[in-house]
Amino acid sequence: MTDLRDFSHFVRHLDGGIARMDLAVEGIRCGGCMRAIEDGLAEIPQTIRARVNMTDRRVAVEWRDGSVDPARFIDCLSELGYRAYPYDSGRSTCDEEQEMRTLLRCLGVAAFAAMNVMLLSVAVWSGNVSDITPEQRDFFHWLSALIALPAAAYAGRPFFHSAIRAVMARRLNMDVPITVGVLLALGMSVVETWHHAEHAYFDSALMLLTFLLVGRTLEQAMRRRTQAVAGNLAALRAETATKFVSAHELRNVPVASLGPGEVVLVRPGERVAVDGVVIDGRSQIDQSLVTGETMPVGAAKGSQVYAGTLNISGTLRVRVSAAERGTLLDEVTRMLDRALEARTRYVRLADRAARLYSPLVHAAALATMLGWVAFGASWHDAIITAIAVLIITCPCALGLAIPAVQVVASGALFRSGVLLNSGEAIERLADVDTILFDKTGTLTLPEAEVINAAEIPPDRLILAGRLALASRHPLAAAVARAAKAKVPLNAVEEPGQGVCGEWQGIELKLGRPSFCGAERAAEAIVQADPEASAIAFQYGTEFHVFAVRQRLRSDAVDIVAGLKRKGFAIEILSGDRPTAVGHAARMLKIDVWHAGMTPADKIARIGALHAQGRKVLMVGDGLNDAPSLAAADASLSIASAAHVTQTAADAVFLGDRLSPVAAAIMIARRAKRLMRENLLLAVAYNAIAVPIAILGLASPLIAALAMSGSSILVTMNALRANNLPGEPQLWKC
Amino acid sequence: MEVLIYLVPLALTLGLMGLGAFLWSLKNGQYEDLDGAAWRAIMDDDSRVARIDERSSVAHATSKSAEH
Repeated sequence: MTDLRDFSHFVRHLDGGIARMDLAVEGIRCGGCMRAIEDGLAEIPQTIRARVNMTDRRVAVEWRDGSVDPARFIDCLSELGYRAYPYDSGRSTCDEEQEMRTLLRCLGVAAFAAMNVMLLSVAVWSGNVSDITPEQRDFFHWLSALIALPAAAYAGRPFFHSAIRAVMARRLNMDVPITVGVLLALGMSVVETWHHAEHAYFDSALMLLTFLLVGRTLEQAMRRRTQAVAGNLAALRAETATKFVSAHELRNVPVASLGPGEVVLVRPGERVAVDGVVIDGRSQIDQSLVTGETMPVGAAKGSQVYAGTLNISGTLRVRVSAAERGTLLDEVTRMLDRALEARTRYVRLADRAARLYSPLVHAAALATMLGWVAFGASWHDAIITAIAVLIITCPCALGLAIPAVQVVASGALFRSGVLLNSGEAIERLADVDTILFDKTGTLTLPEAEVINAAEIPPDRLILAGRLALASRHPLAAAVARAAKAKVPLNAVEEPGQGVCGEWQGIELKLGRPSFCGAERAAEAIVQADPEASAIAFQYGTEFHVFAVRQRLRSDAVDIVAGLKRKGFAIEILSGDRPTAVGHAARMLKIDVWHAGMTPADKIARIGALHAQGRKVLMVGDGLNDAPSLAAADASLSIASAAHVTQTAADAVFLGDRLSPVAAAIMIARRAKRLMRENLLLAVAYNAIAVPIAILGLASPLIAALAMSGSSILVTMNALRANNLPGEPQLWKC
Repeated sequence: MEVLIYLVPLALTLGLMGLGAFLWSLKNGQYEDLDGAAWRAIMDDDSRVARIDERSSVAHATSKSAEH
């Protein structure tokens, strides 16, 4: 196998004849792992640099180009006990990285300038009440302008650009009042300094930019982390395919490098990595990840196969094709596009606040100006007071109110195994009152399990497991897992039948019941549980039959019961047979279930619930769930799900348990409450500060105190999203 | 108050040096792995890591000389 692997797609060639590859590594937990990996890779003499990134769980290896096969690094890591997969560092991550750097640079400049200007401002404020001369004050003000103007021009770019884009598109966003406020504050300060005035607001403008940039940077950091993990997940799924480079030569290549028309080989027990048409071979295909149907279907020459399905019995040659008209994939893609278009664009809390905010604030400033003129003040004083109103109401706390909560909540979600695709998903998850579950792979575990392992003598189970290691059939793999077998036995595989071997002179067989002469026992098992598949093990003359089936997630019963107690309506929407769905529904005590549903049926059901005014959360993993995930108000998918499905969902959860679903809803509800609280705090701040400004009492000192005070208050409140209720108290929140 | 003529440029220079240091560290990738940095601080130096550092500096030196 080793010589087949081709990693050239992932190797980047740097200057000076150095090659570099990024690997996503499973199981890096502490400094010890980091040490072991770096030392282990350094043992390979050609390594120039090996560095672990703990945050992203990745390793970067550099070596002299052409001196060593990159596969060697992966083997080295697997000898050390870490599974590593080449990571495709695509363009999107580079953009995110670039964006993060730009924001950090802006933040650095803004913070530097704010600190220095504040230093000068404090001198002026204390001088104003003691013995500063007008010349000294002007000198300090001009110095502040010298620092503030270039700094604001540099650090304010993210806001200016976004504001210009919004105005061009005839929309209003939060960046418009920010830009107006900052520009007016700076402009007025320059004019005032020119006229030797007592007050200038350079420090306010810069402080505003600094706090807002903190909010932006936090938001970007959250997005980057989510992406890093999602990228690793994609790499860990190791999407490679065995490609025919010529009629007889095979190569293991990443799926991303395959194009239509190329031919790949799919062996028994492998997942089909591409969508395509079978051109040779005959097999059984488990399509549960695609349709939700747990019964395997036959595949022969001319059949369409889908990425993510599992090839069970025979070897197939598949010609890669794009989605063809009339195939399931084509239908799903079309429905997904339609659902995404129709997705009622949820208006984020922040945007709703922005829409209310800017007309209100600008109207207040205008009214202040006219009011002062009406009461006989000079135009100059009236304009200065109006600008002070704009400065003091600038959405400093508002800019932090929501990103701060999002970051803290996404950290809490991350710890409970949920990865967000977007920040606004938190808000939508919090509104949900109805939960629809897919069955196959969502309520049940994606891999089949032996359910009667306890009834089989342990020594026979271990032998069967060791024999099973010789086969790649999914049923055999389930037996091997149940036996926790590590050491394979010498065995010969008879295609479509099973494997046979020998142990201490006794003949062993594992496979179809007919292959081992155990039809009658197998019959009884299938009668008792129509969903189970039987695999038989023959030991000399005695035989045992294993019942293998997909099992419910270990905590599914408790979580479903808990969600029902919390008042959520729960339904199962499955593409599987009624008997199988009914059985699962009875186990979970879910009264409303629908079986044999097509993707269109699922969307129709969601539409019907929408018509009743329900907010729907869809949890699914199959390709057939993708359109309904996009159509629902909020959606969760599973780390093992099909790629399209993960992209359509708002969040992805990891692990073998269902508890992240409950945790996600609870954390989202808590986060939304905190967001509302934060917005209220920001409003309360304005309620106090605005009258002061309207009365013309907002000196730069008061503006500085009010701004930093409210920002700190809002951030502290957001941190409360962190003390997430632990598992046992999950339901109290 | 003439002292301001020295103090103000001095304060600004110090501030700019701080900003310069931050921008340099950002460019240098110091913020790319904050979790890892926490662990690296408590790891012992040892010959293998030193060896690879040596190798990398040699490689970079040769790649630089190749460019010239």
